Amino acid sequence: MNVNQIRQDFPILQQQIHGKPLVYLDNAATTQKPQCVIDTVRHYYEADNANIHRGVHTLSERATAAYEDAREIIRAYFNAASTQEVIFTRGTTESINLVASAWGNANVKKGDEILITHMEHHSNIVPWQMLCQRTGASLKVVPMNDAGELRMDLFAKLLSERTKLVGVVHMSNALGTLNPIESIIQQAHAVGAKVLVDGAQAASHVAVDVQALDVDFYATSAHKMYGPTGVGVLIGKQAILAAMPPYQGGGDMILTVSFDKTRYNALPHKFEAGTPNIAGVIGFGAAIKYIQSIGLAAIASHEKGLLDYASVHAGVFDGLTPIGTAANKACVLSFVIKGVHPHDLGTILDREGVAIRAGHHCAMPVMQYYKVPATARASFAMYNTKNEIDALFSALAKARAIFA
Amino acid sequence: MFSLGDLYQQVIIDHNKAPRNFGKLEPCTHDAEGYNPLCGDQLHVYLNINDDEIIESISFEGQGCSISTASASLMTDALKGRSVAEFNRLFAAFHHMATADLSDAPDEEVLGKLAVLSGVKEFPSRIKCATLCWHTLKSAIEHAADPAITE
Repeated sequence: MNVNQIRQDFPILQQQIHGKPLVYLDNAATTQKPQCVIDTVRHYYEADNANIHRGVHTLSERATAAYEDAREIIRAYFNAASTQEVIFTRGTTESINLVASAWGNANVKKGDEILITHMEHHSNIVPWQMLCQRTGASLKVVPMNDAGELRMDLFAKLLSERTKLVGVVHMSNALGTLNPIESIIQQAHAVGAKVLVDGAQAASHVAVDVQALDVDFYATSAHKMYGPTGVGVLIGKQAILAAMPPYQGGGDMILTVSFDKTRYNALPHKFEAGTPNIAGVIGFGAAIKYIQSIGLAAIASHEKGLLDYASVHAGVFDGLTPIGTAANKACVLSFVIKGVHPHDLGTILDREGVAIRAGHHCAMPVMQYYKVPATARASFAMYNTKNEIDALFSALAKARAIFA
Repeated sequence: MFSLGDLYQQVIIDHNKAPRNFGKLEPCTHDAEGYNPLCGDQLHVYLNINDDEIIESISFEGQGCSISTASASLMTDALKGRSVAEFNRLFAAFHHMATADLSDAPDEEVLGKLAVLSGVKEFPSRIKCATLCWHTLKSAIEHAADPAITE
């Protein structure tokens, strides 16, 4: 894998910020887009734009074909059994809300339990809280340890026949932890619970085979995988999706409508009411093809090299405390520096051209666990280099000096 | 271009390191909580306002970045012994300074030491850090029931 060549594919990386080369280390928030994704979206609007699944004219047929081609690309990437299991959404958040509403309302009742973990993103907490409020079910939380790893011993204890669903993040956006989802899914299935995995962070870093995992629902977002914002996917088992009532009503999700009765469309269209983000979906497909052209194994190995290099630097940086030191983690270096608030770090680093995230990362319970209001987070992608990590640490040294 | 030095002036660094009037005020006549949902900054301000509408004592506690801590520290220093009417005047002047055009020089006569925070307007994402304490104090004085936010 040639990183310099990859960097040439990303036009946004070729710029300076405050007179310094851009060092983009906020990939856990969103990744940059390669030229091929930008060109695909542009080509769609320039040449093929039409509504899908409707017209008999050429443009509509082209748009429909491109949209459905993307569904097949995404099915293959996650090894779903069928394109009927691949539902396009606005992103991971909507995918989870879809399950919490459509599946949850039909299957969860008073006395049931939803089991999530302490390291979930707000998007895998709040929809379940709302479901519990609607139904009288209760929300249980699997604790974690100081390294930011799930307490699997306590997971096993919390799991019971009352557990209707386990919601777990595949890779923590705040800590980088990769969770043992295979074991979680097996144990959950043993008590009859369904499992939803939030794959927003993981899907561009580790291979996901939904059939091998036997996962019931896997949710992710295109924009963290070098694709457009505002589009994502819910992959669900066909039998479960087929039994679920629709999420939203509208066009495209119906077969026939009269004022007496509406017959719903087949999967996956039953869950895609209204005109979707057609350009976004097609761009998502192009992004997946781009990842495949580089190779996920090569990307993961390069990114591991970056994380190891950054972790060594972090270990000898005076005053730095890493937040999240799981044995199995990827691409995220979250930390605090004594005497310098993360927001000040964010501003000072920006003046050095270095973009990081400072804040609670939409994972406030994680911040509460470590008793910090916020952390600074550098997160890596396939186009980052060790030179950029050097730039990060020299900018951190400047920040430390300002507050010395 | 504004430099980092314009934002992180020595006065701000000092007030961040050793915030004035830090801690809980008991008893107090007014208090309020402020919260910046973007950053997670949390702030609590306490006041004793006497019958003549004079701020006799004032303090704050909470956690936030250097700009939010220094701003609260400077604010409490500036308002001790001043009237509620003067607070309203300073609130308007501070808000104007933090959000005005770059070319618009701060009114140092009214603002005094608070003018060191004028650098925030060059850093749009940090303006809320400087104004959070002022919004919080306003809701304390007005006895607003909901926590102040900077939105």
